[in-house]
Amino acid sequence: MTARSVLAASAAVTCLALPALAEPQAEVLHWWTSGGEAKSVAVLQEEFAERGGTWTDMPVAGGGGDAAMTALRARVLSGNAPTAVQLKGPAIQEWYEEGVLADISSVAEAQGWADVLPDQLAAHMKCDGSWCAAPVNVHRINWIWGNKEILDANGIEMPTTWEEFNAAAEKLQAAGITPLAHGGQAWQDATVFETVVLGLGGAEFFQSALVDLDPEALGSDTMVQVFDEMRTLRGYVDDNFSGRDWNLATAMVMNGEAAFQIMGDWAKGEFLAAGKVPGEDFTCSPTPGEGYLYNVDSFAMFEVEGEDKRAGQELLAELIVGPSFQETFNLNKGSIPVRSDVSLEAFDMCAHISAEDMAADSENGSLLPSYAHGMALRGEPAGAITDVVTAHFNSEMSSEEAVEMLVNAVAAAQ
Amino acid sequence: MTKWLETQVPKLVLAPSFVAILVFVYGFIGWTAWVSLTRSKLMPRYDFDGFGQYAKLFSTPRWDTAITNLGIYGVLFIAISMALGLLLAILLDQQIRVEGAIRTIYLYPMALSMIVTGTAWKWILNPGLGLEAMVRGWGFEDFTFNWLVDPNMAIYTIVLAGVWQAAGFVMALFLAGLRSVDGEIIKAAQVDGIPHWRIYTAIIIPSMAPVFLSAFIVLAHLAIKSFDLVIALTGGGPGYATDLPATYMYAMAFSRGNLGQAASSAMVMMAVVFAIVVPYLYSELRAKND
Amino acid sequence: MTDLAYVSPRAGSRSTGQRLGRIALRWLLYLVLTLFALWFLMPLFVMLTTSLKSLDEIRTGSLIALPREVTFEPWLTAWGSACTGIQCEGLKPYLLNSLLIAIPGVALSTALGAINGYVFAQWRFRGANLLFSLLLFGCFIPFQVVLLPMARMLGLMGLAGTIPGLILVHTVYGIGFTTLFFRNYYVTIPQELVRAAKIDGAGFFRIFWSIFLPLSLPIVVVTVIWQFTQIWNDFLFGVSFSQAGTQPVTVALNNIVNSTTGVKAYNVDMAAAILAALPTLLVYVVAGKYFIRGLTAGSVKG
Repeated sequence: MTARSVLAASAAVTCLALPALAEPQAEVLHWWTSGGEAKSVAVLQEEFAERGGTWTDMPVAGGGGDAAMTALRARVLSGNAPTAVQLKGPAIQEWYEEGVLADISSVAEAQGWADVLPDQLAAHMKCDGSWCAAPVNVHRINWIWGNKEILDANGIEMPTTWEEFNAAAEKLQAAGITPLAHGGQAWQDATVFETVVLGLGGAEFFQSALVDLDPEALGSDTMVQVFDEMRTLRGYVDDNFSGRDWNLATAMVMNGEAAFQIMGDWAKGEFLAAGKVPGEDFTCSPTPGEGYLYNVDSFAMFEVEGEDKRAGQELLAELIVGPSFQETFNLNKGSIPVRSDVSLEAFDMCAHISAEDMAADSENGSLLPSYAHGMALRGEPAGAITDVVTAHFNSEMSSEEAVEMLVNAVAAAQ
Repeated sequence: MTKWLETQVPKLVLAPSFVAILVFVYGFIGWTAWVSLTRSKLMPRYDFDGFGQYAKLFSTPRWDTAITNLGIYGVLFIAISMALGLLLAILLDQQIRVEGAIRTIYLYPMALSMIVTGTAWKWILNPGLGLEAMVRGWGFEDFTFNWLVDPNMAIYTIVLAGVWQAAGFVMALFLAGLRSVDGEIIKAAQVDGIPHWRIYTAIIIPSMAPVFLSAFIVLAHLAIKSFDLVIALTGGGPGYATDLPATYMYAMAFSRGNLGQAASSAMVMMAVVFAIVVPYLYSELRAKND
Repeated sequence: MTDLAYVSPRAGSRSTGQRLGRIALRWLLYLVLTLFALWFLMPLFVMLTTSLKSLDEIRTGSLIALPREVTFEPWLTAWGSACTGIQCEGLKPYLLNSLLIAIPGVALSTALGAINGYVFAQWRFRGANLLFSLLLFGCFIPFQVVLLPMARMLGLMGLAGTIPGLILVHTVYGIGFTTLFFRNYYVTIPQELVRAAKIDGAGFFRIFWSIFLPLSLPIVVVTVIWQFTQIWNDFLFGVSFSQAGTQPVTVALNNIVNSTTGVKAYNVDMAAAILAALPTLLVYVVAGKYFIRGLTAGSVKG
């Protein structure tokens, strides 16, 4: 071999090797900025750095991701999309249709995602059959949290139907305790609304009304009953609920000012942070009725230029779904891992209930995407429904009127 | 040649600004107008689709609320800020000992963004935490101040915070106006024994017409752009009782993924601005030329 | 000066009753002024006291109460270690970004406003009024409208996510107001001055430089205060046109204050809010006097 050909050969090797050696880069747009969440994301960053990657953090909090989505649109339009973005539900497919998402099927297949992710949840991560997002966790939405001491003192069992709930609430009210801690923000109103839809109408009704947007279901008598119950619940809320942040409502339950709160399992983090013990200080049980409403957080990868960024996306996707991150992150966040093969040993009783119910409801066909948290519908119809729900809850509108408005608003939003 | 160049210099100097405004204001208004005629969802699309977005806009109850609120808010905010600003300016004009300090106190809210003061206002106005709780704590059990949580009254809390922010600035404008009124005329009036208040109503205030216009233009601009205020104070709630066109548009464009609808609401907003500003500019500039 | 209340020429001849009435009136005046001052100070008071309380005290005590035990911990946290995402460096790094955006932004828009105002006030040409109206109307465009097309433009210009991009945006949307301020100020300067200078052979720039600029201090102060406040407090542009590393302080503040989950550290929120507002507050306190003077000097004469 001549010197010249050695040179040529080594050059060829370097060229071939370069893509694999490219240092993974990732700029990550997310809105997990509060203490526990930020800690959880930091875990991911550390794992990323251990594998030789450089993580650039791009947090934008506010409005449950609204501000981040504003930034995202501007970034995409300017041709400067972030590498990875916290996105969930049908919004993933919406962005895919704009032709800006990257395909991460190679990672998904190499890591065998299909074997460890429940089918129904995995479907949210696919665009036209290929993988386009990496799931992080499963939050259950339809939880009702209770103050154990108050419930025991008033001899109240955890309600399993809305009628029982109303009876319990009357009793509490008579005893001078606010039955339901609630924050009057549109998304919180919507959260309560969807648990009532599930509880009164059942899984099938939920599916046809809030997922398939069947006008018949939306305009049905059942829906009138749902709004009736919302009006009843309005009476169980204290006077100052408007605009209250959800964590302040949680604090009311914690401090014994109120008995119940209906909120997703991030509320658990508040209880735990205050040193409360599940089962002893507070109770966690599903809201009245059968079924499981889920919210799966995920990251979507955007189409970017550059080998290092693409390497970053692949590494990121691999780590996000990896078992070690799934465990640490979800312990911090109050949710459960999306993978079915992660041991739940370190998790608390609420997480165990969540995991068991998810498996059972998945078989019964009552595992359903949350509408209030952007898992079931695209932005427009979901927003139209929320407008009606929050307008009804915050006024004297009759249930019949609300149902009529609901049907019209949904029809206009399609 | 140089002579010609010399005469063209003023225009050449203006050219960069003018080009920038042409592109970044009028170009973008044109862009918005076009998008409002499409069915753009998440990202802009440019296929013409007629006036459907406008029809939808005017059949949406939430937009009705937003426009009504802009009316209530705009009128009250501008009127109260002006009245209060004028009152404060007149009071401050009475040879007050610590005028500098008081002026700064009145003026500082303008320096703060509502992201900063929003939380504080939210607490003060919250019946369970702020004023109401405090006054009740003093023993006035019947005192109620629950506008923030009352869908029919919440818009007035926005007015309250808006006035808080802008009144000091208007005061500064009026104070400057009062100070530039010719002292001789006032002295003459005093010598004639004309009562104090009459000097204000008959001489000083009428001579400040341009100040009123300046104040109006600044306030109108603030009213139409009010966005942070609502987001920070009520988030548009209770329900959507305090929605304004700016927040409606933002919600449509960025949280609902309905750009076409957002663009149509923006165009209506622009039309409102146009209707207010153009008559002002017309009168203002015509007066100058005479 | 309109020295009305204090020395009225005939005050001396009034009766004691009237004098007492006058004193009472004076007290009333101070009372009203103080009440308004309290109203204006209330939110700042709430913010300040909250920022000096421990979280326990906030949870248990009234919001409108002085701290039982003063702690500066929240201030230190907000400055250097509050988490804005996974970086826990507080507001410190973002303040620099804001300065890097605000200073050139203010300087550019003020300079452009000055020269534009000079032209509109003293070098009228056919169509100048129309141009001026077009420029002014730009003040009123709601910023939400321009976000997306602006993003596209910045992308095309290669300025997406950069500080120069943000400077450009703020300059463009500041021109309307700065031009208005300067034009209204320069209009009050007699045209004879320009005519005389022209006869002496001075050109366009020469007149601006040696006659107008030296007179401009009051209005420059007004414009700088206005622009600095606008740019410093901007959130919408800052959040849309920045990327990691170029985010201004309002975006970081929003990340601290608007986190939706987890335990809320209100004291840190409040300390961070005051810190982020400190530069504008300072400008108002220090330059406030010149602000009124500048306005008096002519900007409001329309």
